[in-house]
Amino acid sequence: MNVKRRVAVVGAGITLFRRRLKETGKELSYLAANAALESAGMTMDDIDCVVMGTAPDAFDGIHMKADNLLDGAGATRKPYSRVYVGGGTGVFSPIGGWWHIASGLFDTCLVVAEEKMSPCIPHPQTAFRTIWDPIITRPLNPNLVWIFALEMNRYMKTYNIPKEHIAMVAVKNKGNALDHPSAQLAAKITVEDVLNSETMVWPVQRLDISPPSDGAAALVLTSEDVARKFTDAPVWIDGVGWSLDSAYWTNRDLCFPQYVAEAAKMAYKMAKITDPPKEVDFAEPYDPFTYKELHHMEGLLLAKKGEAPKLTAEGVTQRDGDLPMCPSGGLLGVGNPIAAAGLMKCCEMFWQLRNEAGKRQVSGAETGVAQAWGDLMQVGTVTVFRR
Amino acid sequence: MTVAIVGVGHTSFQSTTPDISFKEQMFEAAVKAYEDAGVNPRKDIASFLTAAEDYYEGYSIFDEFVPDQLGAVLRPVCTIGGDGLLALINGVMQIETGLFDVVAIEAHSKASDILTFPGIVTHGLDPIYNRAFNVHPYFVAGLEMRRYLHETGTTREQCAAVVVKNKQNALSNPSAAFAAKMTMDDVMNSEFVSDPLTRRDISPLADGVIVMVLASEEKAKQLSDHPVWLKGVGWCSDTPWIESRTWSAAEYARLAAERAYKMAGIKNPQKQIAFAEVDDWFSYKELQHIEALGLCENGEAGKLSEQGNFSRNGKLPVNVSGGRIGAGNLLEASALQSVLECVLQLQGQAGKRQVKDAETAVAQSWRGVPTATGCVAVLSSEL
Amino acid sequence: MSEKVKDLRGTRLSAADLESKDTITFRGRPNAKYAWSAGIAYTKYLEELKNGRIVGRRCRQCDRVLVPPRMFCEQCFRATDEWVYVKGTGKINTYSISYLDADANRIKTPILVAVVDLDGASPGIGILHKLGNVDIEKIHVGMPVQAVWKPTNEREGSVTDILYFEPIKEE
Ligand SMILES: [Zn+2]
Repeated sequence: MNVKRRVAVVGAGITLFRRRLKETGKELSYLAANAALESAGMTMDDIDCVVMGTAPDAFDGIHMKADNLLDGAGATRKPYSRVYVGGGTGVFSPIGGWWHIASGLFDTCLVVAEEKMSPCIPHPQTAFRTIWDPIITRPLNPNLVWIFALEMNRYMKTYNIPKEHIAMVAVKNKGNALDHPSAQLAAKITVEDVLNSETMVWPVQRLDISPPSDGAAALVLTSEDVARKFTDAPVWIDGVGWSLDSAYWTNRDLCFPQYVAEAAKMAYKMAKITDPPKEVDFAEPYDPFTYKELHHMEGLLLAKKGEAPKLTAEGVTQRDGDLPMCPSGGLLGVGNPIAAAGLMKCCEMFWQLRNEAGKRQVSGAETGVAQAWGDLMQVGTVTVFRR
Repeated sequence: MTVAIVGVGHTSFQSTTPDISFKEQMFEAAVKAYEDAGVNPRKDIASFLTAAEDYYEGYSIFDEFVPDQLGAVLRPVCTIGGDGLLALINGVMQIETGLFDVVAIEAHSKASDILTFPGIVTHGLDPIYNRAFNVHPYFVAGLEMRRYLHETGTTREQCAAVVVKNKQNALSNPSAAFAAKMTMDDVMNSEFVSDPLTRRDISPLADGVIVMVLASEEKAKQLSDHPVWLKGVGWCSDTPWIESRTWSAAEYARLAAERAYKMAGIKNPQKQIAFAEVDDWFSYKELQHIEALGLCENGEAGKLSEQGNFSRNGKLPVNVSGGRIGAGNLLEASALQSVLECVLQLQGQAGKRQVKDAETAVAQSWRGVPTATGCVAVLSSEL
Repeated sequence: MSEKVKDLRGTRLSAADLESKDTITFRGRPNAKYAWSAGIAYTKYLEELKNGRIVGRRCRQCDRVLVPPRMFCEQCFRATDEWVYVKGTGKINTYSISYLDADANRIKTPILVAVVDLDGASPGIGILHKLGNVDIEKIHVGMPVQAVWKPTNEREGSVTDILYFEPIKEE
């Protein structure tokens, strides 16, 4: 199947990412949307439709929260859709925007991703109490980190991965985030710091985990001819992919994220990429936990199964390495307002591919891949951007 | 646009279904829809979309529990946080990109699992401005109905006539949950929930699942002898601030219809539309929506309804299926119930309630209190 | 963040700001209660747990035994065919050691969590549960374990009718 129309990104905006922000979800949406429009030299009058990405309503504490957020996102009296795949939503929201334009129904689309996790008390993780099957899982009183620890252990055991190599992801990403003005947890740390940090759910330690955050991000998408009117340097969405695996996660082998591989294959096929490690210049794999960056590099077919840790240890994934991963600083460094964090990765690709990333700039970046992950370790969402 | 509905499947709609899980209900509807379309989901369906809201389900990230029973494991699957018609429209756009040729849409209600429905609706109100009143959340509908009656001169009796009609229509719909022979007095004398809104003005909740298979033009012609074509789609959200809305008219529906009609080449809806399935969460909403769709002049729907204009044998039948009031309020799935009725009618499969010689129909949805969000689709048996 | 965008927006609050009883927050708790229908598959599963047995469903087309049971096979997309009892024994597929409770509070005595692949189910078909009566240092992937059940009169038809899985003593 051939895609009818090419879709461009012409603007990007972001707010601060912090554990708590004073702005409401509406206000955060507005700040990010406005920043994106400004950067594109556009106003809401230029926008045909709006796509919202935001994770569970339980964080904000508002049922049908997209309907509450819509005026902040500029959607009043416009066609407005909320697309939703749990933690994968951030990278999925521009995919939703993509089909609004690629279908030919619209020429411009504002994509906004918002997350306001701080209203949920006693802890944002309390919202995760209700993500489980109420009949067979909730009676065990699980904490969300359990299942990631189970997956991490399975991954480490299957490929005999040393924890030191996994810890390097935290060192790299928190270091990269020092150059990101939105960053919540930028820091210069060492592998020892990670290994000596508090054990939360073994093998997951404190510095293996990204924080809960408030924040928002936005992109402006247009058709090819409209893009040319607003910018000389559009960035193209050349590949999109998404895939959802079975809800019965205890019936799957957790050592490899097959759903990410399926999503990546779909996106690469559309972008006509046949040799991903050679043809992709940098990537923003989803890194809510250290090991996930590695797991996802493999799912994205940027490393062979079990080999991402070794590449990381060799420095390949550093910002000045052969295949930089998370030059933004990722969720571990910039923060994790869930949907907004995923869209932050797409914003990063936009800035990198326009050579606007300042100190974070990856030299010679022409093709980037962003990916997010979510639900019960089950969904992969992938976008390929090109300059 | 050249996308068609080539298969539909659904459970019956029931006030409660304690013996079966939502997964088992979805499986049943999916099997029927795929059988109707003659497709194998593991091979032939490229993408799956479901319409769901977490608080209706009692799950955060309900998306997790969707793929298995739809045959969608390890395939492109996503949730649309909107009604079934919005999911369908997003599926249409996916096909229109050229990326996919066959897409499945699912919407459902398991309302009987919810023990505190008013609490859930209240949780949709703005937390800072609108939640402090400690009153049934349908006060929003009461406010709107009052202003609508006031501005248009529509009467409570005319709203009650909608209830009588839709319950009556449902008697001919074997899937309907709340068919009844009801009198005007039954409605007028039922207790107020939020004056002027009475209990019988409100559609009762029901359980049910609907699955549809969409296909591109080329694929639709291969798969189906009676594809139902989507000629135009539109959707719109008006302001989320209940304080600053136009209460007297459904602006979101008018704007959505404008877009859908333009796409479908509908210039005179009263002439070009044979019948309509519109949202009737509350009786007065049907009247507002009829006006917003341009099926009569503003403020005239009540009078015309009373005169039988929108009855099954009237000039322009509305909610022949029974709508939410008669077939049951299926939450996000009622929007697909409206589409389902259009499909069955346009295929000549509507049995006892078949509308004669219908070629073009309109389906319209609203997401309920406190939203001002809804969709419109124009459907036709002709390409 | 682009170097071209100088103005970064958002107003940071501290934890103390949120705790203070001023106008910054408006508190509420949703009235959201549910009675989820267990359905055909889970009802049988829970009834059999009460009887001290673990039941799955077989799909004859792919010849898999699925636990927890479901009335459809997600691979073949067809109705599953029959009830199959699996054993209360199995092997640890993966495990973790949790120092967090469900609200992310720190706890002193860790909760031992595992996916246990059950004997009699198809390879890789596991369930989530807890481990008990085990030396933390000795837990390993592949460790043989068995279900420890609540006394018959205390079972209520819940996954918690299994208290935990414990190592099978080598004879
Ligand atoms: Zn099978």
